[in-house]
Amino acid sequence: MSITHDEIKKIAHLARIKITEEEADATIKKLSGILNLIEDMKKVDTTNISPMSHGQLVTQRLREDIVTEKNQREKLQKIAPEVNGGLYIVPQVIE
Amino acid sequence: MQDWSIKQLSSLLRDKKTSSVEITTDYLASIKKKNPEINAFITVDENLSIAQAKLADERIEKGEGDVLTGVPIAQKDIFCAEDWLTTCGSKMLHNFIAPYDATVVKKFNEAGAVNLGKTNMDEFAMGSSNETSYFGAVKNPWDLTRVPGGSSGGSAAAIASRMCPGATATDTGGSIRQPASLCGLTGLKPTYGLVSRYGMIAFASSLDQAGPMAKSSEDCAMMLNVMAGFDPKDSTSIDHKKEDYTKNIDQPIEGLKIGLPKEYFAEGLDGDVAKLIEAAINQYKKLGATIVDVSLPNTNLSIPVYYVLAPAEASSNLSRYDGVRYGHRTSQYDDLMDMYSKTRQEGFGEEVKRRILIGTYVLSAGYYDAYYLKAQQIRHLISEDFKKAFQLCDVIMGPTAPSTAFKANEKIDDPVTMYLQDIYTIATNLAGLPGMSIPAGFVNKLPVGLQIIGNYFDEARMLNVAHQFQKATDWHKAMPEGALL
Repeated sequence: MSITHDEIKKIAHLARIKITEEEADATIKKLSGILNLIEDMKKVDTTNISPMSHGQLVTQRLREDIVTEKNQREKLQKIAPEVNGGLYIVPQVIE
Repeated sequence: MQDWSIKQLSSLLRDKKTSSVEITTDYLASIKKKNPEINAFITVDENLSIAQAKLADERIEKGEGDVLTGVPIAQKDIFCAEDWLTTCGSKMLHNFIAPYDATVVKKFNEAGAVNLGKTNMDEFAMGSSNETSYFGAVKNPWDLTRVPGGSSGGSAAAIASRMCPGATATDTGGSIRQPASLCGLTGLKPTYGLVSRYGMIAFASSLDQAGPMAKSSEDCAMMLNVMAGFDPKDSTSIDHKKEDYTKNIDQPIEGLKIGLPKEYFAEGLDGDVAKLIEAAINQYKKLGATIVDVSLPNTNLSIPVYYVLAPAEASSNLSRYDGVRYGHRTSQYDDLMDMYSKTRQEGFGEEVKRRILIGTYVLSAGYYDAYYLKAQQIRHLISEDFKKAFQLCDVIMGPTAPSTAFKANEKIDDPVTMYLQDIYTIATNLAGLPGMSIPAGFVNKLPVGLQIIGNYFDEARMLNVAHQFQKATDWHKAMPEGALL
């Protein structure tokens, strides 16, 4: 199992990680080893085996739909890279 | 004072033979002296620690102290602690002052324990050698040219070098047990859901579990008493009856049935490590245990399954680091997409990026069934293996890691070899079972850990089983040369 240069670039884009051409090539080598390791799973017959998403087969707990958090906007925005008037500032996305 | 156990410190404080300020000051001096070489701590804040110690002394003075009031411990830097820099070993969070406490931290604060500082770790807990930290590698106090294990290597190195008597740790695929093994300590990964994950920075949510690391089983039991408990803020927290893990620790273990999985003694296990594990099993026979052979036939599949599921969950969890609300943001960017991708390029280290890419790949269109779903199905088979084994025995034992601590830089360029470090520990995370590592001897002056795997919520029995071994042996009392000031 190997992965192509173009695939790496596509995945990196999906993951929102900028990657240089050289980094993409270096990554192919390391990912291939890991993907080969993962290929071992194919040998196993899993027909009729249900998937297990948690360590214990428990269902998601529900809670009352009530407000439990108080407004801490100033405290939480103190650690933001850029805020203005209580808003997080990002580059313009709408013309 | 630095070699005292949590239990000893607790009773000395209760008897007013010492004060929390005195103990805390002593450990802070120990950190100041040894940390520049070991690099076990990312953040130490003497003022915050001493302030907590003073409050603890006041509580004890008023007779309001709890068992751990005044006892200093260290917190792995994966736990958010209000007003403390909380980095998770990453450049991405190099400037993140947590605005709230993780439930684990809150519980220790309420118990009156003192936080000595935040311990170093592999970046976002991804690693088995503590070499992926943005804040530099941690050295193994038993041999400074070797790794302490990971990802809780800072916690392990801090305890082994007597910079703290105990520390919190987390385990997604072996990150408590493997460093405990490599540094000669006792570490427990509880049943998934026993300890709250709230405020514990997420890596792979269905596998992550916090637990205690200390010198002995007794100390781990005292810490677990504080850490365990239902938390409505963690949606996978399990409402399990509150237990006192120290209560039955002194019970004899006669009649205990120990299962030995043949797969844990197969090819890949270092011969000298195997001999020590066999000697430990013989010690258990002397204590009245009986041995049964069990089989965990899908053990070898646990690594491929883990390296699909953990990166898949990580790729989702780590998507929150976008440079908008907290943490690192790149300095120059053209538009929003450019800001995201440069921030993440700069903020994450190689191993973290690699795992995000694998996770994104296995979850991407066309591959989901072949990888993610398949891995979840095999996870079920692995879990069934344990279920069958526990019909025959009370606990399962084997090695924690295939070898003793390896040299720094030895495996860092070969991820697959590094991943094989966790061959004996990963399956318990996949099944959600509790696992423990206790010191079982030395090979060429390097510690070896015995792993004890228990059934769901059987921590009290595991701690009892570990404590009986520690009453009969001295391995857990050994410390590296020069550990004391």
